[in-house]
Amino acid sequence: MSDAPTYFRQNHLLGIEPLHPLEITEILDLADSYVELNRQTQKHADALAGLTQINMFFENSTRTQASFELAGKRLGADVMNMAMQASSIKKGETLIDTAMTLNAMHPDLLVVRHPHSGAVDLLSQKVNCAVLNAGDGKHEHPTQALLDALTIRRAKGRLHRLNIAICGDIAHSRVARSNLILLGKMENRIRLIGPPTLVPGHFAEFGAEIYDDMHEGLKDVDVVMMLRLQKERMDGGFIPSEREYYHRFGLDADKLAQAKPDAIVMHPGPMNRGVEIDGTIADDINRSVIQEQVEMGVAVRMAAMDLLARNLRSRRQGEAA
Amino acid sequence: MTLLFTNARLINPDAGTDAMGHLLVQDGAIVSVLNEDAPLPSADRIVDCGGKCLAPGIVDIGVKVCEPGERHKESYKSAGLAAAAGGVTTIVTRPDTLPAIDTPETLEFVTRRAQADAPINVVSMAALTKGREGREMVEIGFMLDAGAVAFSDCDKVVQNAKVFSRALTYAKSCGALVIAHPQEPVLSAGAAATSGKFATLRGLPAVSPMAERMGLDRDIALLEMTGAKYHADQITTARALPALERAKKNGLDITAGTSIHHLTLNELDVADYRTFFKVKPPLRSEEDRLAIVDAVRSGVIDIISSMHTPQDEESKRLPFEEAASGAVALETLLPAALRLYHAGLLDLPTLFRAMSLNPAKRLGLAGGRLKAGAPADLVMFDADVPFVLDRFKLRSKSQNTPYDTQRMQGRVLATFVAGECVFER
Repeated sequence: MSDAPTYFRQNHLLGIEPLHPLEITEILDLADSYVELNRQTQKHADALAGLTQINMFFENSTRTQASFELAGKRLGADVMNMAMQASSIKKGETLIDTAMTLNAMHPDLLVVRHPHSGAVDLLSQKVNCAVLNAGDGKHEHPTQALLDALTIRRAKGRLHRLNIAICGDIAHSRVARSNLILLGKMENRIRLIGPPTLVPGHFAEFGAEIYDDMHEGLKDVDVVMMLRLQKERMDGGFIPSEREYYHRFGLDADKLAQAKPDAIVMHPGPMNRGVEIDGTIADDINRSVIQEQVEMGVAVRMAAMDLLARNLRSRRQGEAA
Repeated sequence: MTLLFTNARLINPDAGTDAMGHLLVQDGAIVSVLNEDAPLPSADRIVDCGGKCLAPGIVDIGVKVCEPGERHKESYKSAGLAAAAGGVTTIVTRPDTLPAIDTPETLEFVTRRAQADAPINVVSMAALTKGREGREMVEIGFMLDAGAVAFSDCDKVVQNAKVFSRALTYAKSCGALVIAHPQEPVLSAGAAATSGKFATLRGLPAVSPMAERMGLDRDIALLEMTGAKYHADQITTARALPALERAKKNGLDITAGTSIHHLTLNELDVADYRTFFKVKPPLRSEEDRLAIVDAVRSGVIDIISSMHTPQDEESKRLPFEEAASGAVALETLLPAALRLYHAGLLDLPTLFRAMSLNPAKRLGLAGGRLKAGAPADLVMFDADVPFVLDRFKLRSKSQNTPYDTQRMQGRVLATFVAGECVFER
């Protein structure tokens, strides 16, 4: 059995907001070691051996769910996926009833994605296992921010005093919120770039600088994070057309030339090529770290579940004693 | 039958005074208000208030009693008991029931239910349009005859300006009061919070506070057009106040209310998605809250309401966006209002002007005053006694109060309706 975490004190991973910078660093440090493990042919560890992990996705997801599933399996957990859209929700069961039902099956780790902000928080109050937020509405997506942080730290050698631009559909993005909070906690300068309909002014109150011009906003940045235009969350009229959006806010070579020569390009996926990012930039192995992000995703989720499981075990031992 | 209240701290909103004195009641009506050193008249029964406050009972506009339709959430009996325990002697009920109170027959049904079950005065509002759908006005004349004191579609805004202007014109000819919810309905559709840093952080769908001013601006324009008698149910943002003040100065027949929640809570109280703090319109910023308190003090906002809205546990135990809006408040209205008194923001006569006198005046009711001839609808309360609120002790059938486990100061000792004690602690 592994030791108790040094700094990480959380029972759940519901967001970046409650985390201390040292807790973030501890997750990233552990994730670094899992990156090494994942690159070997023999990828098995036993940090979660004997534990049951249930992935509950109330919203469609392919990559995040696969990443969590793989992370759990590599650490020896018994993983079950539940496609909640097809299940009892359709029959009128409430979120809390679903949670109570699952809780009765004694899971140890619950990975939850839900279309409503705060829903994962609510669920975590009703179960006695560790809950990981895999994205709730427009609120947070903590493991995405952690994997982005790990990617940046490995590419840039540090995770502080960087100029980072987050571009595009900030308003609808939980990824942007989590990243903004995490990168802020680690003392970076953050710029938000996008049309004002997608970058509401309230974000300035988080200490970010807001731009509505890509050329200006990308000047001398170290990291360019592109976001997906979330058409499914828009109820109409945020941008005039995709082609105008691409012209003004899509990342192409011309706009990227404003950034530092060694600036990296990130995207949480899935990409809309030709809408928010030019295909050739996404594929440019010298600039784009999009594939690394996916790789880091598995490692970061392994680290987060490992740390939560350690706290869960010691909590249960404490209760038993 | 005469009843004498002695050694009372009399809160007189009409005169704006807060002074020791005595009050003589005969046959359910106030006979005289005596000052401290006046000789005590004889009486059949004497209630020694022991220096505690005695004020005109609260007249609460906009109480939702869930009859007909959702009696498991609140009945006339439970609402009546809660009101009595909260010092509310008259409730003015909302028509947003299932079905809506939009015919004289449904109005007669609720009037009968209220008379049978509620220990306090109940008067009813009727819907302004059939089914609250904003298409056709109700039978305003018949409903007035059946006892409706005002007409309102509650939180549903009559979007069609033509329908609304005709309803206002017709209501004016009948002398009826129209109560509206000032809000730009398209802008605020689906909103669960007020836009700003907090809503952004929590990722909640939000509405700009400007939507309230836009709604009010439209209504004021229609008032200029029609000259109708109008009351805005809840003004909750600073941005709406100048327009309201101007409309009053221009001589329009307009009054405005606000809710006790918007006076005592702000958006940050929602914290980790606490659905008991989800109300409509959503809680505002602290700057807005203070501006609204100030508007109550200056009289730009006339009336404080509980906006009592019972919701069962199931409607609240949901993700914030999906959860139902509203909070019960009949029993917590006075203790919450006293927070403003203890904070030094409003004095007691001002509070009772907004909770008792003004609503009674606006609806043409006789209560709400400490004055010879007025009905002896009274609340006796200790303004200072501290307690911790336990929502499970509330008398309402629903216990969705945002003040649960909070420290409160001041509570009702006894409530009298027409000189009869209907509640005593």
